[in-house]
Amino acid sequence: MDHLEQLVSQALAEFSAALDANALEQAKAKYLGKSGSLTDLLKGLGKMDADARKEAGAAINRAKSTVEQALEARREAMRNAALAQQLAAEALDVTLPGRGRGNGGLHPVTRTLDRIEQLFAGIGFSVADGPEIEADWFNFTALNTPENHPARSMHDTFYLQDAPGVLLRTHTSPVQIRYMKDHVEKHADCAAMPEIRIIAPGRVYRVDYDATHSPMFHQIEGLWVGERVSFADLKGVIAEFLRRFFETDELQVRFRPSFFPFTEPSAEIDFAFMSGPNKGKWLEIAGCGVVHPAVLRNGGIDPERYTGFAFGMGLDRLTMLRYGVDDLRLFFENDLRFLSQFR
Amino acid sequence: MQFSEHWLRSLVNPALDSAALGHLLTMAGLEVEDAEPVAPAFSGVVVAQILEAQTHPNADRLRVCRVDVGAGESLQIVCGAPNAAAGMKVPCALVGAVLPGGFEIKAAKLRGVESFGMLCSAKELGISDESAGLLALPADFVVGSSLRDALLLDDTLFTIKLTPNRPDCLSLNGVAREVAALTGTPFAPQTVAPVPAVHAESRRVELDAVDGCPRYFGRILRNLDPTRAAPDWMKQRLERCGVRSISAIVDVTNYVMLELGQPLHAFDNDRLKGAVRVRWASPGDKLVLLNGQELEPDSRTLLIADDAGPLALAGVMGGEASGVTDSTRSVFLESAFFQPDAIVGRARQYGFTSDASHRFERGVDFELPGCAIERATELILSICGGEAGPVVGAESTTDLPRRPPLSVRVDRAVQVIGVPFSADEIVAILGRLGMPVETDGQLVTVTPPSYRFDLQIEEDLIEEIARIRGYESIPEKAPQGVLRMPALPERKRGAASMRRALAAREFQEVINYAFIEEAWERDFCGNHDPIRLANPIASQMSVMRSSLIGGLIGTLMVNQRRRTNRVRIFEIGRCFARDPSGYPVAGYNQPVKLAALAWGASEAEQWGVATRRVDFYDLKADIEALLDGRTLEFARADHPALHPGRAASVLCDGVSVGWIGELHPSWVQKYELGVAPIAFELDFEAVALRPMPVFAAPSKFPPMLRDIALVVPVGVNAGELLKVLQEAQAPITQAIELFDVYQGKGVDPDRKSVAFRIRFQHTDRTLEDAEVDAAINVLVGRAAERFGAQLRS
Repeated sequence: MDHLEQLVSQALAEFSAALDANALEQAKAKYLGKSGSLTDLLKGLGKMDADARKEAGAAINRAKSTVEQALEARREAMRNAALAQQLAAEALDVTLPGRGRGNGGLHPVTRTLDRIEQLFAGIGFSVADGPEIEADWFNFTALNTPENHPARSMHDTFYLQDAPGVLLRTHTSPVQIRYMKDHVEKHADCAAMPEIRIIAPGRVYRVDYDATHSPMFHQIEGLWVGERVSFADLKGVIAEFLRRFFETDELQVRFRPSFFPFTEPSAEIDFAFMSGPNKGKWLEIAGCGVVHPAVLRNGGIDPERYTGFAFGMGLDRLTMLRYGVDDLRLFFENDLRFLSQFR
Repeated sequence: MQFSEHWLRSLVNPALDSAALGHLLTMAGLEVEDAEPVAPAFSGVVVAQILEAQTHPNADRLRVCRVDVGAGESLQIVCGAPNAAAGMKVPCALVGAVLPGGFEIKAAKLRGVESFGMLCSAKELGISDESAGLLALPADFVVGSSLRDALLLDDTLFTIKLTPNRPDCLSLNGVAREVAALTGTPFAPQTVAPVPAVHAESRRVELDAVDGCPRYFGRILRNLDPTRAAPDWMKQRLERCGVRSISAIVDVTNYVMLELGQPLHAFDNDRLKGAVRVRWASPGDKLVLLNGQELEPDSRTLLIADDAGPLALAGVMGGEASGVTDSTRSVFLESAFFQPDAIVGRARQYGFTSDASHRFERGVDFELPGCAIERATELILSICGGEAGPVVGAESTTDLPRRPPLSVRVDRAVQVIGVPFSADEIVAILGRLGMPVETDGQLVTVTPPSYRFDLQIEEDLIEEIARIRGYESIPEKAPQGVLRMPALPERKRGAASMRRALAAREFQEVINYAFIEEAWERDFCGNHDPIRLANPIASQMSVMRSSLIGGLIGTLMVNQRRRTNRVRIFEIGRCFARDPSGYPVAGYNQPVKLAALAWGASEAEQWGVATRRVDFYDLKADIEALLDGRTLEFARADHPALHPGRAASVLCDGVSVGWIGELHPSWVQKYELGVAPIAFELDFEAVALRPMPVFAAPSKFPPMLRDIALVVPVGVNAGELLKVLQEAQAPITQAIELFDVYQGKGVDPDRKSVAFRIRFQHTDRTLEDAEVDAAINVLVGRAAERFGAQLRS
């Protein structure tokens, strides 16, 4: 049986020495092939007597099995080596930039608008809209602006040529009137009119063009009309809005008596940050007040039964304060180097 | 309005410092825009008198002065000012004094001569830029007294911004009255006593326009010396209210206006002819104003005239011809009430503004003219000498504003303000405003004073209640309301989601002006009659856009100038067109549109990707992605902005909703764009819709795919071919997709090969080859029939 052991160790040595699949298969044939040494030994068993055959057969089969296992192990090692080589060859430079299309972005004012809409949606305000070419009745008269008010003049308001009384809206407030009229009509058959809770963002126009004024800018109007809506509610809503919008409670808000034809009592809203570059500085952010009874009547609403508040904020100004932009004109110049900072 | 805190405190003096006083005013609606100290901080400066001034032994430019500072022994002070002279009273900073900027005065030796203090110029004290020499002080100043006290330098200049409803605060008395109401401090106005007439000369006054002027008082002051100067205290108060001293008579009229709120006018009486009349202007009237402006007033203009013609724009500005001069001996003093409606806008109409018109157009107390004319008389006579004549007047009391009683319901005030109030509190608050107040249970009634033009309805009183109580004291109430969920229509997308979709496809949002230059409308929209503004700011902002394309090209140009080599932008905004059936504003259609433009490379330059220019099909893919789920068709169409062979109208569910194409080469050249941008514009309302998804169970059986290539004449559109195939497709057809277009070797030069991948699947069984073959044959047959198509082998 020394011969058998020698054969096995010889086969194992040859398998190890085989450098590629071909060599390995040749070595395999030498021992396990049709006329391989182990195959021959198995063939020789028939000439033995029963007892000897049994003993020799078991030994040969053990040897064969050892050789087969060695062969399989060697094959797997070869496959692994080949795979490792392939993987090494396929390695990427993972630090190269990603490919394909990049991102665009929203205009910073739109970004602000989205946030404001979401904040007000949270307390049940929906978004209303109105025309930008507007009739002077909606823009001025219905909002209780006297006929000889200076804001109506061509120094302040853009008018269309050859169209008397047709102008570019100077604020988003005419949406109040349009919305109230629609709302009243829609709920004419109801015993109690549901509350009006809207914001109305949009472009507005004034004859004013210098470092801090643009002839077109953005406002956002707010209106809440109901059976018990008061100045105290207005204060609550605006103060909370400013804290949520700027994401800080470190904010002081003050309501300063003012005058607008369409609200009474009226107020200007100032706020001041308690930290940061504008710390302690009162910043004017909006005009607001309790809706004037004449305005409610012009919207078809009984001012004895319903009260409401309205506010108008500068969307561009809120955006400037939020992101620290120091020049209003940047919003309308559309320099992509500026706009792309707001992705 | 600017005023001196010191003057105000002479009328009402609450126990508040300057900052607290400013806050009080701001929070009462009299917004303090600026509060500037008259002089910077300094100390140890007294009024001194130069006793003698001798040339310095070692320096020609210096003087050695002996100075009396009121401390017994005189001081030796070396001084470099050229105007130092014996007898002069000047400011002197004593040793130990600290001047502005922290500069401390010490005893010193100047060129060998000892000096114990410093004589000061106005600039050195920070009270003016005048640095030519020592500040000469009036001879009556007491030597040794504090300079700050002598010149009233511990004063603050307040500038307040008044809302148009509060003209009653356009005077010191008005502000003082307000402060008294807010603080409860007593208000002590100056007492005005009638000046008795010592001559009988007068001039008749005729009111020919009682609707504009229901009250007019006048009086002749004669034997005046108008060259005498107004006293220093008056000039100082005027100066601190931002009014330049001009001449004694003008100074007095300005002073009384600032003090009481009544604008006055002084005519040179010797230049008037006959009666003074107040009338509306009529054709032919001409007037040269004090500011030199010549005008022909229109019939809405109220004039003061005499028998010879117009003298002044009533309540706005006097005329040059009748103004007072140094040679005026006799003055006709006017103190009148002009109705706000008769004055409003007139100054502005003629291109200027004046203190008088600013007040009259907002409302001047109609009970003030009588008092004001006496006050002015007293002051003028005290300065210029002379004699007063009788006050002559004309009035139509029925045309004066009325102040009927006005009531406020307690529960209404509570409802509007949102804070509980009792009737007593309301009575107390309104009482502080100096109005007679009566109460009848829950109804409080006041009679508004003549100077309050803004108290006319119940809400006006409610505002006063809130204001005097203080807006700061009203709580911030958390909103309470009926909770309702919002409508959330799934078939409609909002602008926000469209914007995000476009941004995700690498478009940057821009916001352009809605008024643009006329050429853009003509070139890009073929619009030769755009909606024009009557009063544009500039020609490039003169017409309303009917399309967003012009603005996008403008933005492209702006960024090209900044050397950007790739632009992908979009805008969502309103456009404007004339439309007789327009709604909601008659005559105008104002649709919201969505437009995008791409220029430069299709992808940002990057490694491993061949660079190519963005083209029609890139933007078409953007539309297809944006409107995924809708049935889209692109039909060749002409558009003024676009290349005629590279333009299409976009049909969504069979309806035209916009266009897409490459900019016309003429415009590329005219606007110097280099290469053509690709753009599209869609009607926002139409494209914001999206269908509800419809469920169909996916088939469990295997699909079969077949590719066919059809050779058709070059002129056949892929879309038409596809449409024909779709019409002919068997029910087992799931999809027909175009995947290749080929022209070249192996295909006739006038033909092209269009390849389709067709997917077949049955919902409840496996397909047989034969039925798929049959379906293909039908498709090929139909294509052959319609377009002469042949299967490419």
